[in-house]
Amino acid sequence: MEQRFADVAAEGRPVLVTYFMGGDPDFETSLAIMQALPKAGADVIELGVPFSDPMADGPAIQLAGQRALKAGQTLAKTLDLARRFRAEDQRTPIVLMGYYNPIYIYGVERFLDDAVEAGVDGLIVVDLPPEMDDELCIPALKKGISFVRLATPTTDDRRLPKVLENTSGFVYYVSMTGITGSSLPDPSLIAGAVARIKSHTQLPVCVGFGVKTAEHARVIGASADGVVVGTAIVNQIASSLTESGKATDATVPGVEALVRGLSAGVRAARLAAAE
Amino acid sequence: MNQPLKPNSFRAGPDEDGRFGIFGGRFVAETLMPLILDLQDEWNKAKDDPAFKAELEQLGAHYIGRPSPLYFAERLTAELGGAKIYFKREELNHTGSHKINNCIGQILLAKRMGKTRIIAETGAGQHGVASATVAARFGLPCVVYMGATDVERQAPNVFRMKLLGAEVKPVTAGHGTLKDAMNEALRDWVTNVDSTYYLIGTAAGPHPYPEMVRDFQAVIGQEAKEQILAAEGRLPDLVIAAVGGGSNAIGIFHPFLDDEGVRIVGVEAGGKGLDGDEHCASITAGSPGVLHGNRTYLLQDGDGQIKEGHSISAGLDYPGIGPEHAWLNDIGRVEYVPIMDHEALEAFQTLTRLEGIIPALEPSHALAEVIKRAPTMGKDEIILMNLSGRGDKDIFTVGKILGMGQ
Repeated sequence: MEQRFADVAAEGRPVLVTYFMGGDPDFETSLAIMQALPKAGADVIELGVPFSDPMADGPAIQLAGQRALKAGQTLAKTLDLARRFRAEDQRTPIVLMGYYNPIYIYGVERFLDDAVEAGVDGLIVVDLPPEMDDELCIPALKKGISFVRLATPTTDDRRLPKVLENTSGFVYYVSMTGITGSSLPDPSLIAGAVARIKSHTQLPVCVGFGVKTAEHARVIGASADGVVVGTAIVNQIASSLTESGKATDATVPGVEALVRGLSAGVRAARLAAAE
Repeated sequence: MNQPLKPNSFRAGPDEDGRFGIFGGRFVAETLMPLILDLQDEWNKAKDDPAFKAELEQLGAHYIGRPSPLYFAERLTAELGGAKIYFKREELNHTGSHKINNCIGQILLAKRMGKTRIIAETGAGQHGVASATVAARFGLPCVVYMGATDVERQAPNVFRMKLLGAEVKPVTAGHGTLKDAMNEALRDWVTNVDSTYYLIGTAAGPHPYPEMVRDFQAVIGQEAKEQILAAEGRLPDLVIAAVGGGSNAIGIFHPFLDDEGVRIVGVEAGGKGLDGDEHCASITAGSPGVLHGNRTYLLQDGDGQIKEGHSISAGLDYPGIGPEHAWLNDIGRVEYVPIMDHEALEAFQTLTRLEGIIPALEPSHALAEVIKRAPTMGKDEIILMNLSGRGDKDIFTVGKILGMGQ
């Protein structure tokens, strides 16, 4: 993951991090989506692990999780998705994103071993704050898996050092308080927040929550090391499905087209920043 | 022999990280952490502040109507022919249940923290009504999240909340019950963290909620202890309460935990039976997991997905349980047993006819266990049960099942 961030930084542009829900709308289609992402310009993949009670997610990602669970997706199958992807792409970093309970039930040690074997590079676990680092963060770091932490507007200077202490890979700055899929706040506020976090850490800072268009990606990418796009991709997938939630011929190409546009956005960010 | 060591006291938890053994903790999104730490500071300060205690007691006496009576159920005792049965009459509190004890305490904290908006989740609507009530009393706007199924089956409470000026938001996700309402309340909280105080109604959620809610509810057990000593000159042999999340139960249990001679039983919702998924017996039929900010017993599948559960009682219709109960179970201090829908329904009718008290369906579960145990006990033995809520809200549900439609 460090290599990928360094390579992209050398190109003088921000990293494009793309999120989608593993198993949405079904295993094979989501594998095809995952394989299409790097080809369309994604630099890092966040692979969503569905959970029945996603407390920090908005309606779009909740529904994606429900579609995936209905299609039989599990944590084991999500690891399998990573493994199948990794067989063909050894370079694009994979970060699993989800909630703790499925991992806890799978068994932390067994999960970490299987995740390493599947080619997973990092984890984002929404309901494990630094106070809970003994649960998964420390064991993951020992196995060489990054633990990416979320920082939010409520994470003040007093708290930032604690949040950053065991963070690795990158810092995911959630650009507003709220659930995923909310609207985008003022870009100048984001630039200030990114600068504040960077004064505390050498790690790259990626910004997410609310990034929907190439223009958003360009504006945010002007100040951040990376841009995370999630809900927009999930919505794109949802809009392509049949009424009963099945994939269509438009599902994978729709995601490709969206990500290509976003990729153009982050590439334009370099020009915008240079102006 | 791999039994955990018996602690010196069963009342010392949680530790500073909010743990009761392996249970409890603070499993929340980073957005909420600063607020939860602030709440903990404020709660620690308030606990030791005589002014806070005085205000709580004053409101308890004059607004809630404390102490609630301890009532000897003479006819029920005679009918069952065994142990003497006493009820702690929490259903006589203002708003009709024990929920108000906690709401008064937490809204005082919310005021101290300068919060300007209250949100709450509710199942049976008792906590929603109590939240709406204290919000009206202290002049704060209040939003109550309630599962769509519960909005329908607890209609009288929905009407009460609206009259009290609260906004009731039905939640259609999942089965439309308490779990879904809690998810939605957490989403609201994450979004409006600066202005909003989340008034959790049960002894669950991230630390410090389980401890705080317990301490506000422990007044039940403290009073009951004094009252039973005054009435009988000794402690009860058995204390029984219904457990959903477990706030009324921990409230009456906690002051008795270190009294060795007192057996304690928590009653879970057995729904339609423990064989399938149509129950909410998290301890009896669940396993440890992490949900809604704490580690506790949950109903879940092999992939860690949370099941929906079922209970005739909206207040017990939750696939988890407070972390302190999970610990008390594992350490062997409290016994947890299931009661089926039909047993609770029968107990509901028994009490109504024998004592002229219409209980809520939640304590009707505890009552069904009392009805099972009392005849097996001696006439010189004493059972104390928490009659945690009144049943006015349930009369339409029960009437429908019994074919007594309007």
